[in-house]
Amino acid sequence: MNTNFPGAAGIRQFGHYAQLLYQALRSSTEISTYRKNLFQEFVKVGYESIPIIFLVGIFTGAVLTLQTAYQLDTDIYPSTIIGSIVAQSIVIELAAVISALVLAGKVGARISTELGTMRVSEQIDALESMGFNSVSFLVVPRILAGIFMFPILYITAAVFGIIGGVSAGALDGILPAAEFMEGARAFFFESDIIFGLIKSVVFGFVITSISCYKGYYAFGGAEGVGNATTQATVLSCIFVLLADFTLAAILL
Amino acid sequence: MIEIKNLKKSFGDLLVWEDVSFTIQDGETTAVIGRSGCGKSVLLKHLNALLYPDEGNVLIDGEDVFDLSYTGLRKVRQRFGILFQGGALFDSISTFENVAFPLRYFTEQGEEEIAHNVYEALSMVNLEDVGEKSTSELSGGMRKRVGLARAIILQPDYLLYDEPTSGLDPKTSDEINELIVTMADNLDITSVVITHDMHSVLEVSDRVAFLDEQKLSWFGNTDDMKHSDNQNLLEFIKASEYKIT
Repeated sequence: MNTNFPGAAGIRQFGHYAQLLYQALRSSTEISTYRKNLFQEFVKVGYESIPIIFLVGIFTGAVLTLQTAYQLDTDIYPSTIIGSIVAQSIVIELAAVISALVLAGKVGARISTELGTMRVSEQIDALESMGFNSVSFLVVPRILAGIFMFPILYITAAVFGIIGGVSAGALDGILPAAEFMEGARAFFFESDIIFGLIKSVVFGFVITSISCYKGYYAFGGAEGVGNATTQATVLSCIFVLLADFTLAAILL
Repeated sequence: MIEIKNLKKSFGDLLVWEDVSFTIQDGETTAVIGRSGCGKSVLLKHLNALLYPDEGNVLIDGEDVFDLSYTGLRKVRQRFGILFQGGALFDSISTFENVAFPLRYFTEQGEEEIAHNVYEALSMVNLEDVGEKSTSELSGGMRKRVGLARAIILQPDYLLYDEPTSGLDPKTSDEINELIVTMADNLDITSVVITHDMHSVLEVSDRVAFLDEQKLSWFGNTDDMKHSDNQNLLEFIKASEYKIT
């Protein structure tokens, strides 16, 4: 059978990826193996990402406010509409997606580099040779950290995004904070937050699982680790955008 | 006892070796030699099923490691200690923690007992003072010795050495060879040493397996190598510039 048809490599990779996820799912019951690593990953994925998420949120909100004010510079709309558009855009889309794209670089690259280096320096073989389940020890805590920490980072980005929007509007003299918040509250729906949280969980899973897969199966020394990291980051970004579109089509 | 039976391994279209069969007797040290790229390390990773063959069996005391469930395999793997080529130390934790690592996860020992066992293992490899150092502060030879301390910490039945002297200066190589002999004698461990260093082979091994031309080309007592009529083995020995007397 010809296994070199166009797209065969992609199908093989997906099969390999699915196999790793299946192993991770089966290993997720071995809590004692990964408990300690899980807390470390919560800190690395969550706590250590807060500074960059703070900046992402503040600047996204601020720029969006300035650009929305520029685009709606007429007397037709009340100025509170700026707060409505900015807050809803942040909650539904930007806090989740821009954070995910930034975290694909920060978290995804770290995971694939760490695991890739462990693979090429035989540290993963060393774990297996001691009788460890390396998937449970290395992959499961990283994916769980993505699933649990990304929603917290999404909320952080959304809060700072709105703070950035309010501040930019007030400092630039576009609209007072009270008017911004009045507009934001007028179009605030709890379902938007739930939608954003669902997206962030999916993005956390996509980024950490792809990065674990690329790092875990890295080969070819330093160059191989570099390639694995590049592929992990690029694929994470592509699949975040695809997942974003799919979720919007299904849930909105 | 480890019985290797009719092992065949290939990566894609590349055949590494086929029909490899020999037995590693308890308490002995067997060296596996051959040119770079002949699949020595690949063979080593089959002994505890870190790699699986295309065909053949590896029997540990009569039990085929490739037929074991994952739980059974983990128990078998705990009977092995492996010294990897670069030491394979975990660089995110200290030297002490590297050696203590298997104890923390596979025993119920308290901190005091762990510390005692770790320093005992480190003293066996003549490195009592490096416990608190980061692994990045260790030289190549020290990394291998710490890797050896970690490999013996659970008192394995089998100790596998992957190129233990590669990249080391002659004096440090001699120290590692002495350690291999000491481990085999003092701990009554069955050892397998992957190497292309003939000096090391003569120092440490009881038997030799020579991989060449994608098969097991010669297997026998170390002392019998010089009487072998295997031309490739004799050329390999000669190329190592070690004079056998």
